[in-house]
Amino acid sequence: MSGITTEPVGRKVLHENEKLAAGLRRQFAERGVLCLNLISAPGSGKTALLEKTLAALPAGSQVAVLTGDIQTDNDARRLARYGFPVRQITTAGTCHLDAAMVRRELDAFDAGSIDLLLIENVGNLVCPTSYDLGEAAKIVVLSVTEGDDKPLKYPGIFRKSELMILSKIDLLPYVPFDPAAAFANARRVNPQIEVLELSSLTGAGFNEWMRWLERRRSRQ
Amino acid sequence: MHELGIAQAVIDLAQSQLNGRPPSALRAIGLRLGEVSGVEKDSLSFCFECLVKDTEIERVQLKIELCPLRYRCLDCGREIAGGEWQAKCPSCGATSLAGEGGDELELAYLELEAT
Repeated sequence: MSGITTEPVGRKVLHENEKLAAGLRRQFAERGVLCLNLISAPGSGKTALLEKTLAALPAGSQVAVLTGDIQTDNDARRLARYGFPVRQITTAGTCHLDAAMVRRELDAFDAGSIDLLLIENVGNLVCPTSYDLGEAAKIVVLSVTEGDDKPLKYPGIFRKSELMILSKIDLLPYVPFDPAAAFANARRVNPQIEVLELSSLTGAGFNEWMRWLERRRSRQ
Repeated sequence: MHELGIAQAVIDLAQSQLNGRPPSALRAIGLRLGEVSGVEKDSLSFCFECLVKDTEIERVQLKIELCPLRYRCLDCGREIAGGEWQAKCPSCGATSLAGEGGDELELAYLELEAT
């Protein structure tokens, strides 16, 4: 006799990634590493933010950077100038980083010697949202040359982020962007989200960002 | 945008659940997909069909159940389903809302030909 039987499964499609990410999270916690996952649209200024951050850190800070792009190691070369270990992940077409990529690269660092791992995800507000990298927090970067309604258009990433950084605020006099509306929209999808505004060009707002980083590290 | 990778993950996960049965026994894959999961239903179906074409699971159907956004007010307990995310509970105005669904991306069931 033949027929069709239905067999329940009930398993997350990204189960494998989540298993790997949970392992990474455990490892970061054991070693006292704060891992932050920076996500934004292409061109929002993640690399410039990291450059300025690395430049502002005291020499001897135990920081490493992983930067993801579809092609080129331009970002890694930009970031390597600051004397901290940097690894480029080139995804060759893939629109996000996943936990397996982070796992592979991590072995290249002397993981025992770092206490802060900054991950710059591939520029994209949608796909990286689905892939846990084992980070302690996601940070979403929104630049003032984008729309202040972006938190409503891409609620997923704003809902999952602990901090929203408004970047390029030196351009505010020239663009019709309302920071208060952007923050209100972000809080509409995530009432708990923290917000900061800064310019990587002028350094405005950087003290607040460095303090946030320090606070977050001491909470780890 | 990342639907091709997701479609491949669906196929891999389904194949891993066959426990020795031939892939040809597989008739359908049931997926629960949240409306705010960031995965687009039509694009996923298209990618799935491209991936199974000319393989031993060519005839497998992808059955997608769309799951609406659901959340609950932590103050008054009201459950809200469907529509867009609201900043405040429509009943009591509290902002402490907790998501309860809508971001699903889950292999729910397999349909297999009994032998």
